[in-house]
Amino acid sequence: MDPVASAVRLAVQEAVHILSSSEDGGHIISTLQSLRRYLGETETQAPPEEQEEFSRTHFSTILRCLVGKLSPDWLDLLPDGQLEELWASFFLEGPADQAFLVLMESIEGAASPSFRLMKMARLLARFLSAGRMAAVMEGQCGQQAGPASRLLQETLLTRVVGLPDHLGNRLQRETLAAFFPQNYFPLLGEEVLRVLQAVVDSLRGGLDCSVSFLSQVLGKACVHGRQKEILGVLVPRLTVLTQGNCLWQRVCWRLVECVPDRAMEAVLKGLVEAAPGPEVLSRLLGNLVTKSKKAQFVMTQKLLFLQYSCSMPMLQSLLGYLAMDSQRRPLLVQALKELLETWGSSSAIRHTPLEQQRYVSKALLICLTHLGEAELRASRDELLASLMEGVKSRLDSSLPPVRRLGMIVAEVASARLHPEGPPLKFQYEEDELTREMLALAVPRPAADGPSEAGDDELVPYDMSGDGEQRGSKTPAYVRDCLEALTASEDWERWEEALRALEGLVLKSPAATREVSLELAKVLLHLEEKTAVAGFERLRQRALVAVTVTDPARVAEYLAVQFYALNYSLRQRMDILDVLALAAQELSRPGCLGKAAQRGSPGPGSQPSGAAVPAWKAVVEERVRRKTRRFCKQGSTGRAAAAGPNEFNAVAGYFFFPLLQRFDRPVVTFDLLGDDQLVLGRLAHTLGALMYLAVNTAVAVPMGKALLEFVWALRFHGDAYVRRGLLSAVSSVLLSVPAEWLLADLPDELLEARSWLADVAEQDADEDCRLLAVKALLLLEKLRDRLLPLSSP
Amino acid sequence: MVTGVAGEHMAAPVPNPQFVLRGARSAVHALHFCHGAQGHPLLLSGSLRGLVHVWSLQTRRPLAALDGHGGQCVTWLHTLPQGPQLLSQGRDLQLCVWDLAEGRNAVVDAVHLESVGFCRASVLAEGPQRWMLAVPGRGSDEAESSPRPLLLAGYEDGSLALWDVSARKVCSRVACHSEPVMALALDPRRARGVSGSAEKVLAVWSLEGQQALQVRGTHELINPGIADLKIRPDSKILATAGWDHRVRVFQWRTMKPLAVLAFHSATVHCVAFNTTGLLAAGSGDQRISVWSLYPPT
Repeated sequence: MDPVASAVRLAVQEAVHILSSSEDGGHIISTLQSLRRYLGETETQAPPEEQEEFSRTHFSTILRCLVGKLSPDWLDLLPDGQLEELWASFFLEGPADQAFLVLMESIEGAASPSFRLMKMARLLARFLSAGRMAAVMEGQCGQQAGPASRLLQETLLTRVVGLPDHLGNRLQRETLAAFFPQNYFPLLGEEVLRVLQAVVDSLRGGLDCSVSFLSQVLGKACVHGRQKEILGVLVPRLTVLTQGNCLWQRVCWRLVECVPDRAMEAVLKGLVEAAPGPEVLSRLLGNLVTKSKKAQFVMTQKLLFLQYSCSMPMLQSLLGYLAMDSQRRPLLVQALKELLETWGSSSAIRHTPLEQQRYVSKALLICLTHLGEAELRASRDELLASLMEGVKSRLDSSLPPVRRLGMIVAEVASARLHPEGPPLKFQYEEDELTREMLALAVPRPAADGPSEAGDDELVPYDMSGDGEQRGSKTPAYVRDCLEALTASEDWERWEEALRALEGLVLKSPAATREVSLELAKVLLHLEEKTAVAGFERLRQRALVAVTVTDPARVAEYLAVQFYALNYSLRQRMDILDVLALAAQELSRPGCLGKAAQRGSPGPGSQPSGAAVPAWKAVVEERVRRKTRRFCKQGSTGRAAAAGPNEFNAVAGYFFFPLLQRFDRPVVTFDLLGDDQLVLGRLAHTLGALMYLAVNTAVAVPMGKALLEFVWALRFHGDAYVRRGLLSAVSSVLLSVPAEWLLADLPDELLEARSWLADVAEQDADEDCRLLAVKALLLLEKLRDRLLPLSSP
Repeated sequence: MVTGVAGEHMAAPVPNPQFVLRGARSAVHALHFCHGAQGHPLLLSGSLRGLVHVWSLQTRRPLAALDGHGGQCVTWLHTLPQGPQLLSQGRDLQLCVWDLAEGRNAVVDAVHLESVGFCRASVLAEGPQRWMLAVPGRGSDEAESSPRPLLLAGYEDGSLALWDVSARKVCSRVACHSEPVMALALDPRRARGVSGSAEKVLAVWSLEGQQALQVRGTHELINPGIADLKIRPDSKILATAGWDHRVRVFQWRTMKPLAVLAFHSATVHCVAFNTTGLLAAGSGDQRISVWSLYPPT
């Protein structure tokens, strides 16, 4: 036998014997100190081969023995904690991996609330704060991978990453701050950096090193969802270290490459999130996507198509990274093709959530900014084909956000793909989304806006109310308006007539009734001949006023015209809007007028008038606060003025003609075919009419007819139509008295209920699900109200 | 494509007038700020019915009403800097000189005019008892000055002329409007001025070397017709009285529009600034609105 080995074994056996039996403090100390010789920390070191033998074979045994002796009495054998200090030094100074494993093992083995557990936990905290974790990991970097060491690595890995969980489980509420994940993982990040530094140093010295253990630690930590903590420390430091330093860059690339496949997604997502921009990401990852299939899948498929949780800066980093190197650019072109294909697929438009469609559209715009003319031209035909297909399906959609996405992307993409052609330009309202998307389409934000003007620059007030002054050709009678609108070639007069009409109609109902049908006909066919500001609105308000003044005749006329031959879809939808608004006005007089006043101060009206409501509100609030009221209800403030529901008498004229012919297509109008947008609007309007017919006698037959209508269309493919149907069901439930519902429509309700439950669970459209849940709740409420009535 | 998106914020709503003077009982055609006895700030207004009202800016009440134009519209008011004399021009073809000292209000002198146009008179005061008055004759308009008295006049043919008064000849003439010049204002510090006419533009011109008038630029308005315009004494802002019932305020240096005061419900006939920055506007709706915008620092 090797004389060195046997000498060491003898010494160790003796020491173990003394440690386990002796009660003499001095003896124990001297034994421990003699053992410390093998750790190489004292002046009188043991020979190196003995040290190696000791740490390879006997160190764990000694540590376990030390753990076994740990008790208050034992530590008190010598005063001032001398023994404890010496005891701890074995764990803190000996080979780190073994010390760490024994520490974890003893913590797991200790009885739950106990002296030993707390001691070991504190020791572990010291171990961490002394930076020994770096030593643990560093020990794994130089080693060749054999089957035994692989097992050791596996165990270490589990313990290193699972440390907060283990400790949390053992210590419960007694756990130390150092073991909280939010503290531990940043520390682990620091330690990984130190090991990387050591790796870089030894590579400089010509020594071979492996970072695969670090990659595994990183991967596992990220899989455990600790990307933010660990990468939040690593990425900023690596950003600095890799700048202009090839060695660091290579180490970093290697670090990511060695991440196991199952952890690749978590690591990459964390890196994309933590990296401040594509340049940094490119430095950290190198050409990873061309080397690792998994990484490529994550970066070009998973983060773009399968998820839509990345923020815009992340998406910018990701796509910018793909664009930064000639080897990766083909991937970007490929991504653009696939994005455009997904964007244009009519099935995707129907079945993916709006949020994801926005995400894909934004990714598409970013891709376009990164690609050059030549690359786009190379695959122009293919891209244009997908684009056109997509624009067509999107413009067909009845959901405005989907249409708008189509418009924005079509504008930007066609300008890039087909720069020589005339620019495509859609009309859409600017809002936050369009601004955000258009900003994405601009290559990279320029440094700064123009510098601020001089100090004496005076800030203008709001001048939006400024407009052209109107002439004085305002007609004074309804008949004058009618004549001006039909026969006049004087456009100023025509405009004035249009502006004055609503006021005149409301002022002189009797005169209006004489010509109500003519007026409705003229207004319905009125075309925007001059660029009157707010033409649509003026016409609509006038039509509503006419309808309210003479509801039976005009509403019936309009409802019949809805199915007549020669109207545009726009006019048909106008009819629906006017009917709904007029019904609202009849059912709750005054609410429209107020809303209109508050809505938009028309051009030329006094801008100071806009300040009046705020002023009034302040005064009213003050009066309310200073006024003591003696009756309880009074404190709620304004009660709605009570009055008869004028809609009662005429609801049928509004409602039933609209239901008559929806399933009979005419040449120009096919509700069940292409004109689903109008169908959706019809469903919404019917729902609104139903809702406004609350407390009227005709509500029951209306509800019955409406439920039949809903039943016929309940599986319609368009989300907007389904939304209309669902809101119609809710209206029925709200407006038809509960007793009547149960008496007259029990079967319909049962059927509706199961349909609603299906929609609430399975519909692709979020609004549909929400509406279905609301309707279900109404049904439940109805049942709850009726059951106690019927049970006794 | 996205210029102006960043940093764009909602402009503040236009403030309301600081106060409104009612009681002129007819359209207000002339306004003038001055100081009364003990330095109390006063506002003089001339009305369509021939009355000149004297308003106290402290009590915001009329102190007196002077009747000297036989019920004909008062089109111009001016006080001499060092005295209690008031000049008023009326459609009755009289230019009256009033003595307002110690509560008197009597016409002490009158000049007969020949022009029935829109042209207002102008005064160049050099000393306590030495002042020069320019009144429209059979064909002309307004004025301002230098050591050698020069008179700036706007004509109904849309042109401006600079007269050398002592030599009695035109130094320079420039056509800047296609409609009659209704009002002009000169900023002597910058040797620049602005004029308004019945059309939709304001013309900004300069007095190069005090000899040559040159049009510097025009500023398009939304509605035609400028009845009056004034530059604030500190040369910061310009206010115009519009036939479109609105008072428009511009930054004078850049002609950047700053505010549109849409308070009046009839043509605004006149505007006036005082030295503390108050802006008064008189209108056909018989009201005088007084505003405090961009107070001078």
